[in-house]
Amino acid sequence: MDHLNIAGKTFSSRLIVGTGKYSSPAVMARAHEASGAEMVTVAVRRVKLPRPGEPRGEREESLLDYIDPARYFLLPNTAGCYTADEAVRTARLGREAGLSNWVKLEVIGDERTLFPDNEALLDATRTLVKEGFVVLPYTNDDPVVCRKLEDAGAAAVMPLGAPIGSGLGIQNVNNIRIIREFTKVPLIVDAGVGTASDAALAMELGADGVLMNTAIAGAQDPVAMAEAMKLAVRAGRLAHLAGRIPRRLYATTSSPLEGLVGR
Amino acid sequence: MKITLNGDPLELPGPVTVSALLVQLELDSRRVAVEHNLTVLKRATYDTVEIRDGDQVEIVNFVGGGSA
Repeated sequence: MDHLNIAGKTFSSRLIVGTGKYSSPAVMARAHEASGAEMVTVAVRRVKLPRPGEPRGEREESLLDYIDPARYFLLPNTAGCYTADEAVRTARLGREAGLSNWVKLEVIGDERTLFPDNEALLDATRTLVKEGFVVLPYTNDDPVVCRKLEDAGAAAVMPLGAPIGSGLGIQNVNNIRIIREFTKVPLIVDAGVGTASDAALAMELGADGVLMNTAIAGAQDPVAMAEAMKLAVRAGRLAHLAGRIPRRLYATTSSPLEGLVGR
Repeated sequence: MKITLNGDPLELPGPVTVSALLVQLELDSRRVAVEHNLTVLKRATYDTVEIRDGDQVEIVNFVGGGSA
């Protein structure tokens, strides 16, 4: 079988999905099921506490009521962190909450684009690798930064295809191709996917996997889109392994030239 | 005594263990992580670590999210 292998752990699905923005947790659970994903990302946030004097109602539903940790591998992320310090603290908390040492590392550098802060990302990667974390950094589609992250001990590199939640698809195909050449660790295209063909393209370019949230959660029918993404990732992977034909400017026949009627 | 819990002041009658605080807040210790004065605590220490006057405590859990 063709498995995704990150830091010695194997996954039969090359699709990683998020847990945010769903209209309801039940829809999320069905979309996860349809996606075939085995790894899901979760955010780490302060618990909601009752206000003083406010009666405690029914126990608030927890995300984990809808994700079976025996079935899905939880990947805590440091989403929303703007400094290396914040990201490192959040990663440590995520490790304790989830009891695994994996982290999707994000250090955001700009609010409008949500582009990563490369310098802080590298700093945080080095710190967390030293502490024994399996670090999966969300990064710019910059081959040099990806190479530096690999050198710093990242277990994978996760370049964006386009800004988070933009649905623009892979904006710089050639950079993804170069990153593939530059790095030996798994390459996961993280962010920017809008529809199935974007995911297929990422895989055709040689990515080892695709991570997405909004493209599924924000679709009119998230469950159907989750299945489309599963098939697209699989199709793109198969096409990559199969080896595509070279592009040519002019036509080449695919039927024999001999034996034509009337000649 | 007064502590800071998740950025807000909280009045408590006296020092408490982390376990006791979680019980008081009706939180399931298996689904949260606790930071005490900027140090993330191992779960095994919840029964012994004591929260005192002026301490800063962060309690987090997992919520839905993909990126940023």
